[in-house]
Amino acid sequence: MGSTVGLGACEIAELVSSKEISALEVAEEHLALIESQDANLNSFLQLSSSAAIAAAKEVDAKIARGEDPGRLAGVPIALKDNLVTRGQTTTCASQILKEWKPPYSATVVERVSSAGAVAMGKTNLDEFAMGSSTENSSFGPTRNPYDLNRVPGGSSGGSAAAVAAKFAALALGSDTGGSIRQPAALCGIVGVKPTYGTVSRYGLIAFASSLDQVGPFARSVKDAALLLQVIAGHDPRDSTSLESPFPDLVSNLDKGVRGLRVGIIEELIEGAAPMVGEALMASARSLSDQGAKVEHVSVPAVTYGLSAYYLIAPAEASSNLARYDGVRYGLRVDGQDMNETYVSTRTQGFGAEVKRRIMLGTFALSSGYYDAYYVKAQKVRTMISDSFQNAYDRFDVLLSPTAPTTAFELGAKASDPLTMYLSDVCTIPTNLAGHPAMSVPYGLGENQMPIGIQILAPALGEVNMFRVAKAIENAAPAITKGLFWE
Amino acid sequence: MADNSIPSDGVEGFLPGWEMVVGLEVHCELKTKTKLFCGCANSFGQEPNTNICPVCLGLPGSLPVINEQAVELAIRIGLSLNCTVDKSIFHRKNYFYPDMPKDYQVSQYEKAINENGILELPLSKKTVRIERAHIEEDTGKSVHVGGDGGRIHGADHSLVDYNRAGIPLVEIVSAPDLRSAEEAREYVTELRSILVASAASDGKMEEGSLRVDANVSVRRQGSEEFGTRCEIKNLNSLRSLTRAIGYEARRQVALIEAGERVVQQTRHWNEDQGITSAMRSKEEAYDYRYFPEPDLVPLEPSTEWISEIRRHIGLLPAARRERLTALFSDVSYGPVYDQIVTAVGLGLDDLVVGAAENGADPRLALARATNEVASDIGNLPRLTIENFSGLIKLESQSKLSATQAKTVLGKMLESGADAAEVAKSLGFEALDSTVIEDLVDQVIGASPKEWERFSSGEDQLAGFFVGQVMKLSKGKADGKIVTSLLRSKRS
Amino acid sequence: MANLAKLSLSEEEELMYTDQLGAILDHARDIMSLDTDDLLPTAHPLELKNVFRPDVETASLDREEVLSQAPASEDGRFLVPRILGEAP
Repeated sequence: MGSTVGLGACEIAELVSSKEISALEVAEEHLALIESQDANLNSFLQLSSSAAIAAAKEVDAKIARGEDPGRLAGVPIALKDNLVTRGQTTTCASQILKEWKPPYSATVVERVSSAGAVAMGKTNLDEFAMGSSTENSSFGPTRNPYDLNRVPGGSSGGSAAAVAAKFAALALGSDTGGSIRQPAALCGIVGVKPTYGTVSRYGLIAFASSLDQVGPFARSVKDAALLLQVIAGHDPRDSTSLESPFPDLVSNLDKGVRGLRVGIIEELIEGAAPMVGEALMASARSLSDQGAKVEHVSVPAVTYGLSAYYLIAPAEASSNLARYDGVRYGLRVDGQDMNETYVSTRTQGFGAEVKRRIMLGTFALSSGYYDAYYVKAQKVRTMISDSFQNAYDRFDVLLSPTAPTTAFELGAKASDPLTMYLSDVCTIPTNLAGHPAMSVPYGLGENQMPIGIQILAPALGEVNMFRVAKAIENAAPAITKGLFWE
Repeated sequence: MADNSIPSDGVEGFLPGWEMVVGLEVHCELKTKTKLFCGCANSFGQEPNTNICPVCLGLPGSLPVINEQAVELAIRIGLSLNCTVDKSIFHRKNYFYPDMPKDYQVSQYEKAINENGILELPLSKKTVRIERAHIEEDTGKSVHVGGDGGRIHGADHSLVDYNRAGIPLVEIVSAPDLRSAEEAREYVTELRSILVASAASDGKMEEGSLRVDANVSVRRQGSEEFGTRCEIKNLNSLRSLTRAIGYEARRQVALIEAGERVVQQTRHWNEDQGITSAMRSKEEAYDYRYFPEPDLVPLEPSTEWISEIRRHIGLLPAARRERLTALFSDVSYGPVYDQIVTAVGLGLDDLVVGAAENGADPRLALARATNEVASDIGNLPRLTIENFSGLIKLESQSKLSATQAKTVLGKMLESGADAAEVAKSLGFEALDSTVIEDLVDQVIGASPKEWERFSSGEDQLAGFFVGQVMKLSKGKADGKIVTSLLRSKRS
Repeated sequence: MANLAKLSLSEEEELMYTDQLGAILDHARDIMSLDTDDLLPTAHPLELKNVFRPDVETASLDREEVLSQAPASEDGRFLVPRILGEAP
């Protein structure tokens, strides 16, 4: 394979900016790899080769003219297919949006592109980001690049697999209950869910609006920090976007962890597989060795996260997904009249998991159950935030496994939704609180699959979170296993 | 259908022994430049689907951001209706309908920005309680193709235009305090004046910027309990409003008197047939599944902002009526007061007050404004206060006869010209009183019998003589001068 | 529920979903017994308020581009099958 495949984003941007390599070369080498290998992985739903070549040439032209090509000059990036891209099919991995070409682009897509990144294409996901394995895609599952019989996690499984497989240096995903962090852990890369309101949601196709956040995937903590800085910051088109300026993560990365107070969340170790628990303790010891004060801490309300989440997220989703009705865009399956058309369009257009959540959410909001389920879940949400707040009074960051297990085999949990939902038990509470959290790889388990450590921080605590992530990365055992194509 | 047996011709002579109870929901489009949640123009009558963007079309991924001016206008309405303005949030009202781009409507449900106000009716002097005035987004509009003359029933298919989707609305909900169709009309008229005076809405019912739904029930006179109510939709004019309410109340009385029950339902007003009919029932009862809109954050207008808005509300109708009333002595009822109400309702009060300030006779100014100007209200912008004052003065100085003054005013409204110029161009130079006296003598000479009767006290014959003089003078003589000459010659 | 959500389910699906939703709601029982009387519901993780946009016009979309994505259109409008019933 070409010389630029496997390089990190910072390296590529530097080499391209200093004209040591051309953005075109980088794009062509990555596209060639994807074209030859993605049939096995199914990480991309659409490859935008010609647009990528054109964008790369534009970066090179800018550099030739002496203009600033941007912080991500020539860096190949993959976009989760729930990010709206103008004129380029955006499907959410659903039949209902199979051929939709949006007339506008998401804010984050515009930001990475004006920073000089080159979009390779749109990546696979669980339909409408509902799932934890990418098996719920209506265009076939994505596989884990370390073992094609296993899932990459989800819902951003395509983005995670593409970055892990070196098809792109960076990717964007979205995280509603762990959809960036869990696949990052299962694919052995870095994935970040920023503080709610940090990154614009304009153009992110909504699953659960009060929980959704866009975030980066990268193979290093530094690359993830760089991408997050590019996409973060106020967007007047999103009412829930924070106005405060986003801090400089990259320059704080190497400040070490001396004196930082790190708490290991007791409640989230209990359900984890032993090899995952051992990796967590090893990562904690490494932090302690580097000068952090590490202790166990109880955050009791996190155990209620799953229940609250599976009422709140489907409720919002049932409303967000009402618009797929066969009138303005996407699939229409004609019936005798409007109502029949609604029903046949939605019945044929949505997959099983989406329907399940729409029904669950419709139930949670329906009259007679609203107070008992939805309002109750929102109060539990308050309880979880308060519980975290208590912990953050004593700790700068918290640690937990990202997922209770390593990547499982395709089909292993497909028939039992509740078991599948349980794989998000560690990641969900931070979404409910609106806090940031990220996953960093920590070697392989005994089954030779990657393990991820989750670092959690209070709202806008990204600087400390990234410092700890960098320290863990520095100490982490290497992933010695080869990729499927290596 | 029992409906056909019910008289549908208006509201007079409501069935004795019964009382109707009416509450109104008025949807008013706010006069902003752009829509409620996006920067598309808030305008009427554009080519279909040319005024749409990802947000108002509800495209996947789009997000709403509240138009500050819409909130300000909503607060203006609340303050004008003496509401409490407080913090509020938006909810989603979920139901499927093709003119709703997101299949939910963003509206204020639990907490409205304006609550607990009052509106005083100027003629019946009644206080109507306002329950709330909340902000919400408008829907798109459909046309129905095939079938019976563009109606929804029997159509082959429908065509949807989303230009109106997302236009900011304030829905003003009254308590069930109205007791007749006339009160309902007075309420809407007064509310419209308030909306226009506070510059929150243009109040044009004919363009749909003011739309009314009426909740109607009936009960036996003296009863304290409310009857079962029906909601009537599609009331697009004051005429429809009064006819529909009258019809619906009669229908309900007829049902009860026939031993049947009124069923709570939504009914549609059919203007052509003059009846209300039940809207086609759906296969399921609606459950709107309201929940807080997660894409928007709460509204918490500061007291400073509210005071600032209060300071900038113009004179409201009640104050405008007082301003006019002050020009006269004791006119809280009666024909002059009715004219005052009309003048304020039509926005003619500035004209009258201005004329009075310029030294013109207020009573004459009020009469000309509420008759001649009102009948050509579309040309009001061409009529300056100065020109209007000039006309009133010419008339009260008898330099123009009443007939001439009316003609001149008509031309002034068409052309925007000055009264004296118009009068001159029409050859309306007032006749000298000696010329008039000659004409009066001529007429008396020509009709001796009538003169004798007039002289012996038959006052009604004055009109005959004035008419004759007018004929001879080709309308140039001043009627008042003629009358006084006749009187003096009689004695 | 399926009716409200405009979905139609086969008998088999209905049984499966009833079972699965039952299991999920059963799991949610753990929060039903919690004492939350003193807590306010969190609708939103942020404490933002009064986020506004100035009343300034921005460009609309090109109608042809929008209608090209519609399943059916006629005379510049979105075409839908006959609608049974007025808007509620």
